[in-house]
Amino acid sequence: MTAADPGAPATAADHRAAPARPAPHRRDDVPGTETEFTPRPGPAPLPRMIAAQAALETRMLLRHGEQLLLTVVIPTLLLVLFSAVDIIDTGEGGDTVAGRVAFLAPGILALAVLSTAFTGQAIATGFERRYGVLKRLGASPLPRWALLTAKSCSVAVTLLLQLVLLCAVALALGWSPAGGAAGVLAALVLLVPATVALSALGLLMAGTLRAEATLAAANLVFVLLIFGGGVVVPLENFPDAVARGLELLPVAALSEGLRDVLQQGAPLPWGTVALLTGWAVAATAAAARWFRWE
Amino acid sequence: MRSEPAVAVTGLVKRYGDTTAVDGLDLTADRAAVTAVLGPNGAGKTTTVETCEGFRAADAGEVRVLGLDPARDGAALRPRIGVMLQSGGVYPTVRAMEMLRHTARLHAHPLDPEELGERLGLHSCGKTPYRRLSGGQQQRLALALAVVGRPELVFLDEPTAGLDPQARHATWELIRALRAAGVAVVLTTHLMDEAEELADRVAIVDGGRVIAAGSPAELCGGRDDVLRFTGRPGLDLASLDAALPDGARAEESPAGHYRVTGAGGPALLAAVTAWCAAHDVLADRITTRRHSLQDVFLDLTGRELRP
Repeated sequence: MTAADPGAPATAADHRAAPARPAPHRRDDVPGTETEFTPRPGPAPLPRMIAAQAALETRMLLRHGEQLLLTVVIPTLLLVLFSAVDIIDTGEGGDTVAGRVAFLAPGILALAVLSTAFTGQAIATGFERRYGVLKRLGASPLPRWALLTAKSCSVAVTLLLQLVLLCAVALALGWSPAGGAAGVLAALVLLVPATVALSALGLLMAGTLRAEATLAAANLVFVLLIFGGGVVVPLENFPDAVARGLELLPVAALSEGLRDVLQQGAPLPWGTVALLTGWAVAATAAAARWFRWE
Repeated sequence: MRSEPAVAVTGLVKRYGDTTAVDGLDLTADRAAVTAVLGPNGAGKTTTVETCEGFRAADAGEVRVLGLDPARDGAALRPRIGVMLQSGGVYPTVRAMEMLRHTARLHAHPLDPEELGERLGLHSCGKTPYRRLSGGQQQRLALALAVVGRPELVFLDEPTAGLDPQARHATWELIRALRAAGVAVVLTTHLMDEAEELADRVAIVDGGRVIAAGSPAELCGGRDDVLRFTGRPGLDLASLDAALPDGARAEESPAGHYRVTGAGGPALLAAVTAWCAAHDVLADRITTRRHSLQDVFLDLTGRELRP
């Protein structure tokens, strides 16, 4: 084969034929000259904008130390500590590590959703609002709905990483979830509306309160729900009236629902799905109505 | 379309509660020109600019930006304009160049963020989180974010506040390059030399209205020059006045310090030095000064400190 062969690989001549990139302009002070600054405005395609925004927000979330404490360290620590040591009454089977993990793992998964979708998102968005990031983005080509879509994608990616990690830790502790593939599917059906609901509640808080108030309140809710949200303490340990109130909360509903499916091997609890969907719709409507960008 | 100004504001009124921030303001900004909105703090500069950017709705008056209504046609307008806020607007933990590259990705035909970063000296701090950048670095990043999308019109709110001389020079060079490329630049400032140096048109704003507008030369023109010198105290001012061009006047305050005001420039200087020679006066430290925008500004807005 010679260089003249039409089937030969591209030669240097082919490269020369490509349009040359204009040299960097140093004469950009001459009026009327075409320069790098000559206006050529326009938004990027929407999928590219949303992907870029979601990637940026995810990177920042994962880089944030306090955030990792909330999303990784605390749930892992609770799972390992309360599984290994018999400190709390986790109900039937609570006298073995495997029995305690079977109770705790679903609750900790619900806590993961609370930490990322609600607390983490509320705090991050609250400070973005306070620092004028949301305002500045309001003047960018990225539409607001696209910004919220990107935020949701970023929450979903973070949550997925978190669930993989926590499931791995639970399995290492001897967790054997009930229900098989159908159980996993049922768990996902519960996780989606719960994530939407908690996400919207986080945004509602970030979009209405001052950043400092959001920081305090979101952390307080997180800590209270660790114990009062059916995460590590069974709701039946509370007085009946209190338990009946608590089980309506999204985190408690999710914990109990996941426990039905992954601990008891029960079919999908449709009542819980309906409750979580109700929360999702109401919280999204409230956030859309009251969220203030500035 | 092209002949239409980039910004046309007429009779803009904006109130916050009982306070009227902008009170019947008119402003025009041409394409391929730099328009400076000059005014003391609280004059209504930022409110005006933010109304043009679509952040605030006008209470009265008409605002057209690139032929669009920013309050109604925001989605169409936003990709075409570049905005530099006075402060903030950037994630505290994002790295400088990461933010610039990201913003470039939101536009269809952005500038090369690496070249722009280099031009504005952002590469040395490219990996530094925003909250740890110096004030000047934050300003330069905000400027880069405003222009990276190759907008038709940029709004720069106090672009050089807090910059060192080198960074201010780089910013001025960039603004001149934008103008030369046909971009309309609207900047707010309370720095007179900045307006004088850069602006094709200056609008002086005070109390929510434009109190004077025109090119820097027009605003400074028609005013007297000032010549100062020191000499022995108690010179014969009547005799000096008689030797000066028509309308010029000399005064002594304090003793030995003379101030001559009048039109005429070179003739004024020649008359003063000739009179000094004839009267055996060694005029020391002669300075002449044309009226600067600063004088115009202080004459119009008063010299008292604002409450």
